[in-house]
Amino acid sequence: MKRYLILIIIMLLPVSVSALTADEVMKKSQAAFLYQGRDFKARVTMKLISKGGQERVRELTMLRKNYGEAGGDQKYFMYFFRPADVKDMTFMVNKYPAKDDDRWLFVPAINMVRRIAAQDKSSSFVGSDFTYEDVSGRDIEDDTHTVVKEEKIGEKDSYVIKSAPKAQDADYSYKISWVDKASFLPLKEEYYDKRGELYRVFTADEVKDVKGFPTVTKRTMKNLQSGHRTESAFTKADYNIGTEDSLFSERFLKQPPKKWIE
Amino acid sequence: MSQESRIKLAVCALCSIFCILSSAFASDVSIHGFIQGNYSFNTGSSNPDGKDMKWAEERAQLKLDASKDSLNFFMKADVFYDHIDDASHLEFREGYADFTASGFDLRAGRQIITWGLGDLLFINDVFPKDFEAFFSGRPLEYLKKGVDGVKLGMYPSFASAELIVVPFFEPNNFPDPKRFHMFDPMSQITEREEKKPSITPDNTEIALRMYRDVAGLDASVYFYRGFFRRSSMLPDSLTAPTRMDLFFPGLSVYGASLQGRALDGVLSLEAGYYDSRQDGDGMDPMIPNSHVRFLTGYQRQLWEDFALGLQYYGEYMNDYSEYKTNLPSGFPEEKKFRDLVSVRLTQFLAHQTLKLSFFAFYGPSEKDYLLNPEVKYNFTDSVWAATGANIFGGGKEWTQFGSLNKNDNLYVQIRYEF
Repeated sequence: MKRYLILIIIMLLPVSVSALTADEVMKKSQAAFLYQGRDFKARVTMKLISKGGQERVRELTMLRKNYGEAGGDQKYFMYFFRPADVKDMTFMVNKYPAKDDDRWLFVPAINMVRRIAAQDKSSSFVGSDFTYEDVSGRDIEDDTHTVVKEEKIGEKDSYVIKSAPKAQDADYSYKISWVDKASFLPLKEEYYDKRGELYRVFTADEVKDVKGFPTVTKRTMKNLQSGHRTESAFTKADYNIGTEDSLFSERFLKQPPKKWIE
Repeated sequence: MSQESRIKLAVCALCSIFCILSSAFASDVSIHGFIQGNYSFNTGSSNPDGKDMKWAEERAQLKLDASKDSLNFFMKADVFYDHIDDASHLEFREGYADFTASGFDLRAGRQIITWGLGDLLFINDVFPKDFEAFFSGRPLEYLKKGVDGVKLGMYPSFASAELIVVPFFEPNNFPDPKRFHMFDPMSQITEREEKKPSITPDNTEIALRMYRDVAGLDASVYFYRGFFRRSSMLPDSLTAPTRMDLFFPGLSVYGASLQGRALDGVLSLEAGYYDSRQDGDGMDPMIPNSHVRFLTGYQRQLWEDFALGLQYYGEYMNDYSEYKTNLPSGFPEEKKFRDLVSVRLTQFLAHQTLKLSFFAFYGPSEKDYLLNPEVKYNFTDSVWAATGANIFGGGKEWTQFGSLNKNDNLYVQIRYEF
């Protein structure tokens, strides 16, 4: 019994004595939030809700495939169901760390694929309160991260990390993230503007286990200054579905295969 | 068989296919469409026939989509009431069957094909267009017309290819002379007959595009063998003409394009050689000479939801001295080199529900212009409206936009989409 106890203490020792640095927490968080599995698919329903309560709905299927390690290249394929004026549109992003994305849009009404300029990652994604960076992530190296404290958020122990952009490229002056110690998913994020005022709040409203991967299946981004918010729900979420490389091509942008988008 | 009866037959055939399909696999059938109003008011002069509007219609579009395994059927048909001519029409916009296999796919029927990189400038997009729709303030999708043909897509590992075979020639649609003031060097001859290329294996249009990624850039090469889509005039006599035929001279196009990230934006390069097969030496003044077209485009997002697009386009005529020598008197002389610059500004506001845009062409060689400001607002997820203007001017009475000088219009589009 004593031997087992010693063994358990030895096994726990490295973890308990060497606390994670802020960079390590953010790397693990990025891996858990945006790089889980070899590939990922979900039906995303975004409700854009104005201060007055008017709702607009954006519905799409999002497919993501990793190329390399967490933090490395990724490809995204999106197919839009709603609203009606963008139905059948598809959108493809090749995301690279440390350089601009390649983005292509397919416009079905004139059967045209065009490349679109993609310099501003802090631009709104389809008019929602989420930015492109919120959807596909931001390079860890672009910010300086520090552990502010550790605290419980709800029932969950979390690291509280402050991230400040190294360059003047972001809309925020700093961001505070609450990262779940168990799953490394971000449970809450607060974005402070250049005057130091809180203006955007992200909350992970529902976390579900999908094929063994804890996944944020409901999330909200609220803009405190405009009163506008976006609620995003993932249904039919799935990992390691065997997405082929050829999906991410002009051929399938024009004719998205039903088996991947349904 | 006439065009009209061909359309009717195709619509009937497709409707029957849809009825069978819908009952066979009801779960895979989707129906969408819209109802729209589209009106365009003259702001300068009345039309040549005295009317005050360039366009006035109510329109309904139905899109049917059905699929089963590797087969897919699609149909898009419009019915509309035209208030200017007081007539209703059925327009069969698209209708095709797709077969998809792992290494290739096939699409047969009426389909819209868009190639090339230009923004309202066309080099390797040799497919039919409706310029009247564009100049009348109709939604942009109506600038493109379908072709009746077969497209074969092939995807070997070294490159992808699209081969298009079109047995039925479709010309471009230019503004109606009853609605638009335009330059016509032979306006005194009213007896005209349009003669499309006859439907023979020899006259079948062939278009090929091969494309692949080259060092992170999208590279394409293009080939087309068919006809100019703007008719040439063949008067019965050059000195005292009484009637004329409008015909479509043979054309081959060899082109290439390259597009990729550069200078913090997207850079596009495209070029094409237009081989005028029936006027190889440039001696026939009624047929366009062979020429080279090229285009450089650049687009960049300058701040959130604001994009800037710039283009420079040039057209260089071959055998210019032969053209000049043979040009009949009274005909305006085209320049050896013609160029155009364009700018497009787009700003989205209010969570991308409000779009302000401005597009302009200016011809440095012709000194003429086209301006198109537009505001579009999505009232809800299913209702949007747009209003804008087409303003033409500068240049001479026969230049591209100068000739449209008296056709300025203000347009409104309202659409309910489902």
